Amino acid sequence: MTSTLLSNVRLIDPDAGTETEGALLIGADGRIAALGALTGVTAETVIDGNGLCLAPGIIDIGVKVCEPGERHKESFGTAGAAAAAGGVTTIVTRPDTDPAIDNPETLEFVSRRAREDCAVNVLHMAALTKGRAGREMTEIGFLMDAGAVAFTDCDRVVTETKVLTRALTYAKSSGALVLGHIQEPGLTKGACATSGKFATLKGLPSVSPMAERMGLDRDISLIEMTGVKYHFDQVTTARALPALERAKQNGLDVTAGVSIHHLTLNEYDVADYRTFFKVKPPLRAEDDRQAVVEAVASGLIDIISSMHTPQDEESKRLPFEEAASGAVALETLLPAAMRLVHAGDLSLPVLFRALSLNPAKRLGLPCGRLEVGAPADLVLFDPDAPFVLDRFSLRSKSKNTPFDSARMQGRVKATFVAGRAVFGDLS
Amino acid sequence: MTFRQTHLLGIEQLAPDEITTVLDLADEYVALNRSHDKHGDALKGLTQVNMFFENSTRTQSSFELAGRRLGADVMNMSMQASSIKKGETLIDTAMTINAMHPDLLVVRHPHSGAVEMLSQKVNCAVLNAGDGKHEHPTQALLDALTIRRAKGRLHRLNIAICGDIAHSRVARSNLLLLHKMENRIRLVGPTTLVPGAFAELGCEVYDDMKEGLKDVDVVMMLRLQKERMDGGFIPSEREYYHRYGLDAEKLAFAKEDAIVMHPGPMNRGVEIDGTIADDINRSVIQDQVEMGVAVRMAAMDLLARNLRERRAA
Repeated sequence: MTSTLLSNVRLIDPDAGTETEGALLIGADGRIAALGALTGVTAETVIDGNGLCLAPGIIDIGVKVCEPGERHKESFGTAGAAAAAGGVTTIVTRPDTDPAIDNPETLEFVSRRAREDCAVNVLHMAALTKGRAGREMTEIGFLMDAGAVAFTDCDRVVTETKVLTRALTYAKSSGALVLGHIQEPGLTKGACATSGKFATLKGLPSVSPMAERMGLDRDISLIEMTGVKYHFDQVTTARALPALERAKQNGLDVTAGVSIHHLTLNEYDVADYRTFFKVKPPLRAEDDRQAVVEAVASGLIDIISSMHTPQDEESKRLPFEEAASGAVALETLLPAAMRLVHAGDLSLPVLFRALSLNPAKRLGLPCGRLEVGAPADLVLFDPDAPFVLDRFSLRSKSKNTPFDSARMQGRVKATFVAGRAVFGDLS
Repeated sequence: MTFRQTHLLGIEQLAPDEITTVLDLADEYVALNRSHDKHGDALKGLTQVNMFFENSTRTQSSFELAGRRLGADVMNMSMQASSIKKGETLIDTAMTINAMHPDLLVVRHPHSGAVEMLSQKVNCAVLNAGDGKHEHPTQALLDALTIRRAKGRLHRLNIAICGDIAHSRVARSNLLLLHKMENRIRLVGPTTLVPGAFAELGCEVYDDMKEGLKDVDVVMMLRLQKERMDGGFIPSEREYYHRYGLDAEKLAFAKEDAIVMHPGPMNRGVEIDGTIADDINRSVIQDQVEMGVAVRMAAMDLLARNLRERRAA
């Protein structure tokens, strides 16, 4: 590999919270060699950034790649291509595959598949309990040795508190990070919308937003009890936020995430039972959406993720209650998040704090920042470029995006992983 | 006369003048149905298919009779017995039916929004005969016709809808229609069956039935939908009857000339006292059944006119 100079760019530094004009030099070792004004620096390749933004690549926690089990919905190849096109340089996969990634052998299989086929960095999470069934903890130690960076049963909540307590205690002693889904399962059962005027009019089974705080409260108690490192995968309601804030103030090792869909859409977007808008937890009221956006701005919510969940046409072409949940989002994550920037809700450094820096910190990764010596995982993007999304242009095998035909503003021009361009045409 | 719809999916899509159009035409069909020769030819040559994914005797026979009286060829398909059991999806079923060139498709389905989804995949006019907890537009129209004939008007009335609102598509459609026609609506029932969100829809919500019935013109009872309840919404049927069953004592709080309605089938002794249901001075429950056929004739007639126009164009 040779050195590359990206000149004439706006450097988005989430750590310093700054946006500055300058240049960035990628060294032959695939790391950031220098950045800033950089006068008189030479490199084998020089790319004129034309004033575009350069930010640390996105680290997306909670991507579903449907291997093993449902490769027709998404493979490591297509997920990698989608990630690269979306400026995502590291995907952290979910274990809710079929079968679940709950033993070292399966984890080794997906690691190999990822190495063979995926254009971007891949890290894996493993199930917290065997078969995600909530009865027995997985081999947390072996799985960590095999490379698992975190443990989660994804959207299944471990209802047996004794089982969960033991799993959390064991995870704590192993130094493992655990991700939890905080929707109280009893109340949530059968619901596909959030209680309120919309669900009432449409006659959809719904759940009170309070179910989220109930789940959060229970988990906070268990975190306090066990001392485990914990990440709430999706905090989506206003009423959960004060409890989250208290937990952080009390010094618990907790972080919180939110999906891009809960930040940019609300329950009314479902309109006439559009199943591409069916996600888990269900889309919330506009007040909740705004509160959660503010929480990202203030840093109370640490991480934005795509919650990329591929579903084929068949599983979505059903009555709303019967349709599968989830949406693909690797490629639309940044353009959708740019809505928040254009609306004045977030600055670019704050956005990349939630997309890149905080996930890297949480997972203990050296990437996610613009810093000499950090891996040159970068995204070069035009924050203003407008386009209308055509879902069939997506690189994911599944096309279930809620942003079909939506007007977006913000396009990825190039993506670099360890200094190598994995997406973009820079000639 | 205005009626611009391609399908009758819900009351939500109808404008007040369209509602009036349906009711005016239905009035004419009431006269036809009461005459000696009960035949019209508005649907002559057309094929009507009734697809019921949920059990129904009353609604299905009402639609069937309405179609036959207007000269349509009517076919009933009981969908529970057939292909869904074999794993066919709703869309595939719709495509199959569509290939048989029906003109009017009457659909009932247990999931909210399913009829609307199906309507996007077929070339004929679709009538929603009830989808999940969402809408049941012909029921609301027949209730409106019953009220208009009994009260002489369909506006500025105080109407109490009582009982299991949460599980009721009838309540939702009625609420929408009666609001569009500028009436005041009260919802009466235990909070478990009348969730707070209904207040946001512009209704007054009461958990005390006597208060709720005070000075109303119309008392609309709903069936307790035991089949849709899992996990106990009421402690027992006898407590429910005591607090929310319509009996003479509670009805005395309504206006002296208030009418009593029920979409049927009734649970006598659960939500309504038998003697009140049978009281010909108060109860218009049998009229509702009669209006049902007429309203369905009118709705299918109007949709068929639009269908013919579209096909001619």
